Amino acid sequence: MFKIVRREEMAEGTVILNEIEAPLIAKKAKPGQFVILKADEDGERIPLTMAETDKDKGTITIIYMVVGKSTALFRDLKVGDSFQDVIGPLGKATHLEKRGKVICVGGGTGVAVLHPITRAMKEVGNEVVCIIGARTKDLLILEEQMKNASHDLRVCTDDGSYGHHGFVTDVMKEVLEEGDVKEVVAIGPVPMMKAVTNITKEYNVPTLVSLNPIMVDGTGMCGGCRVSVGGETKFACVDGPEFDGHKVDFDELMLRLNAYLEDEKKCHEEYCTIRDAQ
Amino acid sequence: MAEKSAKPVKNPRIAMPEQDPQVRARNFLEVPTGYTNKMAQEEAARCLQCKKPACVNGCPVGVDIPGFIDLISKGDITAAIRNLWSKNALPAVCGRVCPQEIQCEGLCILGKKGEPVAIGNLERYCADWERENGTGELPPKAASTGKKVAVVGSGPSGLTVAGDLIVKGHDVTIFEAFHKAGGVLVYGIPEFRLPKAIVAQEINFLERLGCKLECNAVVGRTVSVDELFEQGFDAVYIGVGAGLPRFMNIPGENLVGILSANEYLTRANLMKAYKFPDVDTPIPIGKNVVVLGAGNVAMDAARTAMRLGAESVKIVYRRSREEMPARAAEIHHAEEEGIDMFLLTNPTKYLGNEKGRLTGMVCLQMELGEPDDSGRRRPVPIEGSEFEMDCDLCIVAVGSGANPLLTSETPDMKLNKWGYVHTDEKTGKTTKKAVWAGGDIVTGAATVILAMGAGREAANSMHDYLNLGW
Repeated sequence: MFKIVRREEMAEGTVILNEIEAPLIAKKAKPGQFVILKADEDGERIPLTMAETDKDKGTITIIYMVVGKSTALFRDLKVGDSFQDVIGPLGKATHLEKRGKVICVGGGTGVAVLHPITRAMKEVGNEVVCIIGARTKDLLILEEQMKNASHDLRVCTDDGSYGHHGFVTDVMKEVLEEGDVKEVVAIGPVPMMKAVTNITKEYNVPTLVSLNPIMVDGTGMCGGCRVSVGGETKFACVDGPEFDGHKVDFDELMLRLNAYLEDEKKCHEEYCTIRDAQ
Repeated sequence: MAEKSAKPVKNPRIAMPEQDPQVRARNFLEVPTGYTNKMAQEEAARCLQCKKPACVNGCPVGVDIPGFIDLISKGDITAAIRNLWSKNALPAVCGRVCPQEIQCEGLCILGKKGEPVAIGNLERYCADWERENGTGELPPKAASTGKKVAVVGSGPSGLTVAGDLIVKGHDVTIFEAFHKAGGVLVYGIPEFRLPKAIVAQEINFLERLGCKLECNAVVGRTVSVDELFEQGFDAVYIGVGAGLPRFMNIPGENLVGILSANEYLTRANLMKAYKFPDVDTPIPIGKNVVVLGAGNVAMDAARTAMRLGAESVKIVYRRSREEMPARAAEIHHAEEEGIDMFLLTNPTKYLGNEKGRLTGMVCLQMELGEPDDSGRRRPVPIEGSEFEMDCDLCIVAVGSGANPLLTSETPDMKLNKWGYVHTDEKTGKTTKKAVWAGGDIVTGAATVILAMGAGREAANSMHDYLNLGW
């Protein structure tokens, strides 16, 4: 059992932070790696990239948006409750290197995944410009943390309620125009990552993306998480989760992410009905 | 048993009752329902009690077959199960899933003129009897040696090593990457062929003997092999299975609706997705299902798809019936349940719609040519034989490769050119000191009992090492 020691709600309660006791994972985890969590006996195995790890406290932190039954079950766990299973650390760690000027772009809960990578990018000596965005001001997460993790933070909202009025890609273009950008790291919804890579291709700037496809075991055994990268099939769980964004087939990834859409909807609605009745 | 011959046989074996095919094709209950005491007695009485029993030579773990059968015919099932346990920690499993027809039963002298003794059925009977009527008394255990053993992987080979070494007095901890122990016995083999309650009972038996079990422990990620030694383990056994699904590598393979058998069966078995939405893990329900491959895993996948409500399920296999690697009983059961065999047929590409979902596949008819490296006649395409097959779910069951998760993190352990662990054939010793390996991560995908045989050899060698040194 993996006890929750801290719980926070963000983005008007749509995004949840759980800090979980998992000393073995915390000891090993590196930026970019993920865990698989399962709430209870009949629960689904859900992969989530870690937002934070604390070796000394022996905890890991996950930040997720409530989108279906499984994440709703996670949301309903209180401090002191436990996840039945947490497995990790899984996947490859981010390749960190001093390159010079780096842009870290995050959207939605992708910002949470981006945070430890941004900080690590800064720690190895890069000059880090960070761009984060959300639909509206109240849905923005981790602004303060991202400010500390980077040299220069730019914030965007789609509706203009805060920071730059527009998409992260607009601001990224401006920074790219300034020149000398050696690498871009983009983590967020698939359409955002696709848009980012389309632009960085034009500027010929290497771009790393972190993918979160559907998976079961997370150890290379099921192949459910296969993604096409440069025409080759890769398993996101063991070959990733980070890939060269210029080579990823995002359209295929989007279709594959929708594989169980109907089932997920049905399952979630049923859960909400029962929960609301109680 | 499954096989039926045309002529009535003298002294026929006692068939194990089975659920009616029409009924069972839509439920997940076990297919053969077990011998009654009377049936077991009668079948045991058929054994000739050979002085030099050939059957024993066919058993990878050397079960004293005439011995335990003799105890059944004497009505002493308690003694019979203890006789079995002395060679085999998992009789309830082996009685159900071993390919007896090419092992013990294949060598039974009665089989020369008629039907061999139903050794597997009798083994299952003893284990089931013990579970339902036994005293629960544990076999004797040697005094503690103070040596610590780590077993990586809780599939059949790991469980065998754990069972053997715990009774020899060693302190055994089993590490399992999944959230539940049992390896292929829980994620791979379906409920209707091996009820999970039986696997849980076998594992509980090892825990009662004193084995410790650490689930959610991915060795190679959560902890490395070297760290296990730092933690004070004296010896390590690696039995992680093959665990890397093979795909066809033909166009369209990433369409939604194409799953590896590993994924499909893990969803159905380990995650119990056949109960969705009562459990949270979904599984695609196919209307027209195609399973590629003809081994036991393919049969399991096909029969699962049928039970989940498919209108049609086809096994598509590029060779002929003779080369099908599945147990005879599995093929027979599959056909009884209405699964169609498309033999000498090979897919060349998948077809999909605008939503990226599978709608069909293009196949070629094959014919058998000259023998290939495996000694089997090579299937060659017949020109102009292309045809389309409708399907909305395809399960790829064409074998597994070596999963590099653990081995790539253990660089001082030598691998062969396919990525499997190189071991000494007799002992299971790897090139890394105090590390043994066995099962599918050494041989490539094989059977439960072969993995158990490898576990037995390794456990003996590990016991020698812990007493005498490397």
